[in-house]
Formats: sequence, structure tokens, C-alpha cells
Amino acid sequence: MTEAFPGGAIEEARAIIARYPAGRERSALMPLLYLAQSIEGYVSREALRAIAALLQITTAEVEAVASFYTMYRLHPTGTHVIGVCTNLACKLRGAVAVLEAAREATGVGSSGHGVSPDGAFTVHEEECLGVCDHAPAVQINVANHDEVTPERMRELVERLRAGEVPTPARGPAFASFREACRALAGLEPAPPTPGGGA
Amino acid sequence: MALAFERRLTRHWGDPEVVGLDGYLARGGYEGLRRAVSMTPEEIVEAVKASGLRGRGGAGFPTGMKWGFVPRDTGKPTYVVVNFDESEPGTCNNRELVEREPHRLLEGTAIAALAIGCTTAFIYVRGEYLWQALVLERAIREAYGGGFLGPRIAGSDRTVDIVVHRGAGAYICGEETALLNSLEGLRGQPRLRPPFPAVEGLYACPTVVNNVETLMNVPDIIVRGPEWFRELGTDKSPGTKMVTISGKVERPGNYEVPLGTPFRTVLEELAGGVLGGRALKAWTPGGSSTPLLTAEHVDIPLDYESLAAAGSMLGTAAIMVMDETDCIVDAAARMVRFYAVESCGKCTPCREGGWWATRVLDRLEAGFGRADDLPVVRDLGRNILFRAFCALADGTASVITSSLRHFADEYEEHVRLGRCPLGVPHLEEVAS
Repeated sequence: MTEAFPGGAIEEARAIIARYPAGRERSALMPLLYLAQSIEGYVSREALRAIAALLQITTAEVEAVASFYTMYRLHPTGTHVIGVCTNLACKLRGAVAVLEAAREATGVGSSGHGVSPDGAFTVHEEECLGVCDHAPAVQINVANHDEVTPERMRELVERLRAGEVPTPARGPAFASFREACRALAGLEPAPPTPGGGA
Repeated sequence: MALAFERRLTRHWGDPEVVGLDGYLARGGYEGLRRAVSMTPEEIVEAVKASGLRGRGGAGFPTGMKWGFVPRDTGKPTYVVVNFDESEPGTCNNRELVEREPHRLLEGTAIAALAIGCTTAFIYVRGEYLWQALVLERAIREAYGGGFLGPRIAGSDRTVDIVVHRGAGAYICGEETALLNSLEGLRGQPRLRPPFPAVEGLYACPTVVNNVETLMNVPDIIVRGPEWFRELGTDKSPGTKMVTISGKVERPGNYEVPLGTPFRTVLEELAGGVLGGRALKAWTPGGSSTPLLTAEHVDIPLDYESLAAAGSMLGTAAIMVMDETDCIVDAAARMVRFYAVESCGKCTPCREGGWWATRVLDRLEAGFGRADDLPVVRDLGRNILFRAFCALADGTASVITSSLRHFADEYEEHVRLGRCPLGVPHLEEVAS
């Protein structure tokens, strides 16, 4: 357990479980998978076992859930995960060429689940990302980039390679997939707004 | 027809202050909740019933009736679950509604909680909407600070807590019973109904599952009344509807229109017409699962009844526009592939049929189609429709059947020429 959730992570795991009603701890399974992914970059066997122990369910039950959802990765993943939507609204606006550009620029093969030789990138062909109004839609570490052209895609990859964090179309950027997973686990607060209040 | 009406859900769009609590309050925010805490649950349900508000997530079920089904005497807790798993291809209005005015969703959710006696509500946000989940969490913190969530909301003795739960990339979780399974920490597979969620939903307790846009209509219904709500829209489809228009148009985007507004008005006035002035070829009225329509249907009013009469559905009012240069077989192959990828695997017609249809459609598009592929595809469509546990499979059938209904010639041309007549590029390598 200590490997999958080292140091303060076990406290964070308990705080995640406490979000749900007493006796309904299993509801914390999905955020716990994100927490594990934020530490190791993917959901390892050790993490599956650690989560099972925390929730007092079987490892098979945890793996059944982890393998069902596409945002959990059961194999080591690139530092940056690039998602390119090719569903109809994006395809009509040229998304297929954007996906090809992403694969070519990162050196990831066409399987879509591989990691680039330098370990920096995973490219994933996405189903609808819900940004049809700004197609083609791309996510880099789950932050949106709008109306991406193949040229822009190549430029984004170059900037990531140079250690930059490109500014997304809305919301904060995440410097890596692991950082995005912390936010997916509900552990990163959003910055306050101008019209904020309490 | 020039479109002129008082905007409701989008009236503060473009005003960045309204994202925060102070800005929302300064524009009359939480007035609905303030009134709702002094109403009985029955009065709230009656007001929503009288408004005629129908669920905006696709099915169009009357919201007040749904709330009225929740039994009050079971001794179990009740739950409100907000379905913010917006994933139907072409649909993104919930995303922008939340980005621009998150407190309106919290207010509507809290009022729904009061109506069914719920103290803990959940908002299920699709994982890819990471920024929108952060926006909601920030708004929730503000609302607790302002006394609009937590114990003694709006000065009453009532408690309402809201918990944000993120999905992880599964379209099926938009189906309400799959969503409930996912929220319980299970695979997102749909449940047998009955029992319906109103009786046994989350944790086998009485549960209301509502769409984001539906709930965002509720505060105004409480403040301004059901009669005001009915001033826009049609008799059977009252109110306004958020429409997403995308694909080959000049100004893709999310627009609010009174229900019953003709598609032509949305296309020409709001979206600026077909991209580059080309001719309209086909469009989905409510996401990829709703049967395709053509240029002949351009004057159809966008409401539940008119689209049903035309052989399609309002769905999520997600309009994807294809022009004369777009290939229907290519589009159908891509849409069907989506349903194949997203099938949860529970039912054979969907799990196997979707992939079979994808392979045949890809083969047709790549120029390797055979004359007997068309009856195969047609037959697949017929055999998938209504033969699976939930409506996901019907999306596959709907794409196949409607594209063949309107564009059989184009399919036949692919077979005859041994290539796509429109030369649409695509990635998939087809094993010959």
C-alpha cells in the first residue's frame, strides 16, 4: 500500500472516501483511481491492490472498473497525453489531419495507445470531447485547445518538448498528465474569479 | 423569421462577473432558492409541473412529474443526481452553461433537493470536463460561504450538500441507470427498469436524475411563475432550448431559442448559414443518435412533436451540419464507430452489431464494398433497433436506417465506382 499511496497520499485517499455518505465508500473508487494515476502516471497492479484494500473489496472488482473507463490507463503513459477528437463535428472540420499530425510530431505509432520513444507523449483518438463549437477539439493533459490545425498541433508538440506549458483555450493548463489527474481526483482547487465572493 | 425574444438561460452570457457568487447575487441570483425554502415540497413540484418543463437531456420527460414520482414515506434518504455527463456527439451546451453561470445550476439543484426532501445531491461531470468541474467546485465553495449550501440554506432549517463526482470517459454514463452505477463505484452499465430511479436509484434509494439545462430553468420558474415560463415555446414544448450547431456552418456555437423555432432560422440567422455558402446536404437535429434529416427538412420547427413527426427526434438539439462536399457513408461510418466503441458490452446486438456495421461501412467507404453489403447494413439497422437493454444501440440503428433512407444512391455509388465519389480522406486501414 505504501508504494501506491506514499506519504500524504494515504490521507488524501481517506479525504476522498469521506466525500461520500457513510457506508457508501465504494463510490470513492473512481476518484481513488485518479489519485493513483496522479502518483504513478497510470494505474499499476499495486495501485489496484491498494485501492481494493482501502475500500475492502477485491482487486478484481477494482480492475473491472479501471478497465471499463478510457480515462484510466493500465499501462505506463507518456508525460503528456494528447487527445484528438475525430468524431463527426471535428472530422467535418479536419480532425483526421490533426490526429495524423499529432502522431507524426510525437513519434507515437498509429495504435493510439503507445508511448513515444522518448516517453514524452501518448496520443489518444478521442470520441466527442464536447467542444463541437470550436472544432477540431484537442486536449493536452485534459486542458482544451480549440480549432486546432495540423500546423498548430505540430507547434504545440514542439513547445511541450521544449518544456513549455501551452495556454489552453479555457481554464488552467496542467504541466503533465499526472498533474491533471490530481485535479481529476478533486485535489486541485480552481483559482478564484473576479466576481468571486465568499 | 427574425428571432426576437427575451433570453433566459443565456441572458448573462458575456458578463464575466456572473460566474462568481457576488455577481450572480447582484443580478438576482438565489432569489428562487430564497422563495423555495418558504414553499412546501408539493408547492415546488406543482409549480414545475404547471410550467410544462420537459427534460432537456434528450427524452423530454416532464420534470415536475418525475419529481412527483419520488415516494416520501420509505424512511430512506432521497437523492438528486445532476447528469452533467454531456457526451452525445455534437452536444456541448451544458458545458458552456456551467462555464458561464455555475451558480444557476447549484440553485436549480438545491431547489430540486428541497422538492424531494434530499440533503445530499451529486453532480456527475464527465471526466473530460475537468475545467467545468473546477468551476463548479469553486462555485460550491462560494455557495457554502454565502449560506446557499450546507446547513440552514438561505436562512431556513434545511440542509443541502452538493458533491461533485467525475466520470472517466464513458458515453454510456449519460444513461441514467449507468450513471448511478458509475456513481456507486461500478462499471457504467445500465440497470433493468423497473424499479425506476424514482423508487430505487442511487444506493437503492429514491432518486431524481436531471439534466443540467433542465435544472437551470428551475430558478426562473419559481421566481417568475409557470405562466411566464409558458410564454415562449409551444403548448406541448414550452420554454426555450439550448441548441448546439456545429460542422459546416459559418458560426458554430451554442444558441438559445424558443422551442418551435425553425431549423432554417438557427442555420441562417444564428449560425450564419452553411460554411462558404455551400449547399446543405444533411443534418442531425439532436446529436448523432437522432435520425439524419436533409435540405428538404430545413423549415421544420425544432420541438419534440415536430421532429417526431418528421421521423427524427429533438434529442439534445445538437445540430451537426454536412454540406454537399461531405460523404454520407463516411459520416455514417464515423458515427456508427462511436456507438461501437462506446457500447458497454452488456447486450449482443449492440456489442457485436456495432462493430459489424462499422466494418461494413468502413469497407464501403474505402471502395471495397460489395452489392450485397447494402442489404447487410440495412438488416443490421433493423436488428439492432429496440433489441438492446438501453437506447445506445438505437443510435447505431438510427444512423444506418436514416442515412440509407435519404442517401441510398450514394451508398450504391460507392459500390459501383469502387471508391468514395467525394474522395473524402480517412485514416482507417481496411483489410481487403
